[in-house]
Amino acid sequence: MDNKVIVAKDLTKKFGNFTAVDHITFDVKQGEIFGFLGANGAGKTTAIKMLTGILSSTSGIAKVAGYDINKERNELKKNIGYMSQKFSLYEDLTLKENIRFYGGIYGLTKKQIVTKTGELIERLRLSHIENTLISEIPLGWKQKIAFSVAILHHPKIVFLDEPTSGVDPITRRQFWNLIYEAAEDGITVFVTTHYMDEAEYCDRISMMVQGKMKAIGSLHELLEKYNAKDMDEVFLKLAR
Amino acid sequence: MQRIIYIVQKEFKQIFRNRMMKPMLFIMPFVQLAVLSYTADFTVKDIRIYVQDQDMSPLSAKLTSKIKASDNFTLKDVSYTYDEGFNKIQDNEIDVILSIPEHFSRNLNANRKTELFITADAINSTKAGISINYLQNIIHDFQIEEAQSKGLIEIKPGINTIKRDWYNPGLDYKFFMVPGILVLLVTMLALFLSGMNIVREKEVGTIEQLNVTPIRKYQFIIGKLLPFLIIGVFEFTVGLAVALLWFKVPFLGSVGVIYMFTIVYLILVLGIGMFISTITDTQQQALFLAWFFSVIFILMSGLFTPIESMPQWAQDLTLLNPIRYYVEVIRLVMLKGSSFASIKVNFLVITLSAIIINMLAIRNYKKTA
Repeated sequence: MDNKVIVAKDLTKKFGNFTAVDHITFDVKQGEIFGFLGANGAGKTTAIKMLTGILSSTSGIAKVAGYDINKERNELKKNIGYMSQKFSLYEDLTLKENIRFYGGIYGLTKKQIVTKTGELIERLRLSHIENTLISEIPLGWKQKIAFSVAILHHPKIVFLDEPTSGVDPITRRQFWNLIYEAAEDGITVFVTTHYMDEAEYCDRISMMVQGKMKAIGSLHELLEKYNAKDMDEVFLKLAR
Repeated sequence: MQRIIYIVQKEFKQIFRNRMMKPMLFIMPFVQLAVLSYTADFTVKDIRIYVQDQDMSPLSAKLTSKIKASDNFTLKDVSYTYDEGFNKIQDNEIDVILSIPEHFSRNLNANRKTELFITADAINSTKAGISINYLQNIIHDFQIEEAQSKGLIEIKPGINTIKRDWYNPGLDYKFFMVPGILVLLVTMLALFLSGMNIVREKEVGTIEQLNVTPIRKYQFIIGKLLPFLIIGVFEFTVGLAVALLWFKVPFLGSVGVIYMFTIVYLILVLGIGMFISTITDTQQQALFLAWFFSVIFILMSGLFTPIESMPQWAQDLTLLNPIRYYVEVIRLVMLKGSSFASIKVNFLVITLSAIIINMLAIRNYKKTA
């Protein structure tokens, strides 16, 4: 049990009569890259909102980084990172100022902030734009920066909600390199995407269909089980 | 504490990076203070008067020239007919007609009763009332002067009223209005800046990111409130300097008392703004709500119209109006030199409201979707 970062049992969210997330049960191991797949409206975002403590569950239980998602939200939030499809950096602050702000919010010391800022800028090779306003930086770079800022405080797990939507294939590839680096550092990655080729980069994949988790396993397991040649086919078979 | 400091730093950077913000903070309020203070004048000057003189006597000419000599009246025309004057009222060329009847002089000299007739354009009823009042004063003075010159009245030692206008001996309306307008500007600035702030993060989408961070709600609200409190106190200070140095408004009370009250008051107004920000989804909605409140607060503040002349239910409603309390306090402290003891009730009301509204804002800011 110790090395499980997410444990969810019968996690459910109802909005009136509509069940957005319907009794999902799964777990995610530490250091794993966990792909959370599903069509639009399948309940992915609702599930992430519950797991990050911004939405209460209707029933079921879940622990993330060891904390109850409904009862221990503050501790939970200190130990997770989050990057949404909506852009999360402040456009009217510079790269450095954004890092400083989020570092401060997560309780890093001044010294830590300085070190981490240096590391981040060096890793992304962005020293030439460190004092540029985010609004003047191209989208692909912004996504990489947003991801790096989301793991600045070295969380146990980072949630990525469609992080690569709207970026070109090369940037996507680079983005996935950053994800691998984070996973090697021991940060668990929980990622939603609707690019099926990206699913193939994940250690394990789950598939949401109409609020239910229809399948979970490694790429090979899923391909074998559904007798498919790639994830596209698995997706089509399950979604039907 | 550390988190609050980081939020404050971020807010200041964003405020000063906003292109519209600098003129909004450093130019607009002072233009308003300067312009409004000269225009919000309730003394009625240059009342345009037409005299219908059917008497054509030296006495009626004397009365006419007395009116002409007055600061408040501009004599537009004198003639025999009433209709000419009435047409002029219709064409908005004059404000008041004074009709002096035939035999005015004869009747007065014979010590018989005589009547003068005043017609006023009462579209602006306040102005009409004041004009008639001024005119009656002139006529009254005229009457006494005439009577005295004929020895009809003896001046006896008796009841003699002597007028002293305390706290504003020159009856300078600016002393009364400038502190009030200063209150208004500080209030508007604080209400709008804070009202638009959190909702902006909602519109841009950054609030979603903040909601998954371990920021506590109170840290968030305090971090948002502090920068505007500092700006508000700064604005007040500059405005106060303008009031004292340019308009020469006296300052009899304690600077400490006025600043203490201003800070608590600002926390209240900023709290109202924060509350608006938490219940709205777009800056447009927040703007409309802020307008709704500011118009009601301003018109029911006692700044432009005395609270005592409002209907009872409206007077009761003004008890919920923060501007009312602040206008009262700033006038009392600046012009009357009142001490803390005499503004204690206002201070308590504002402090209590500030605590309540900020708690509401904190409670209402949902970190959950």
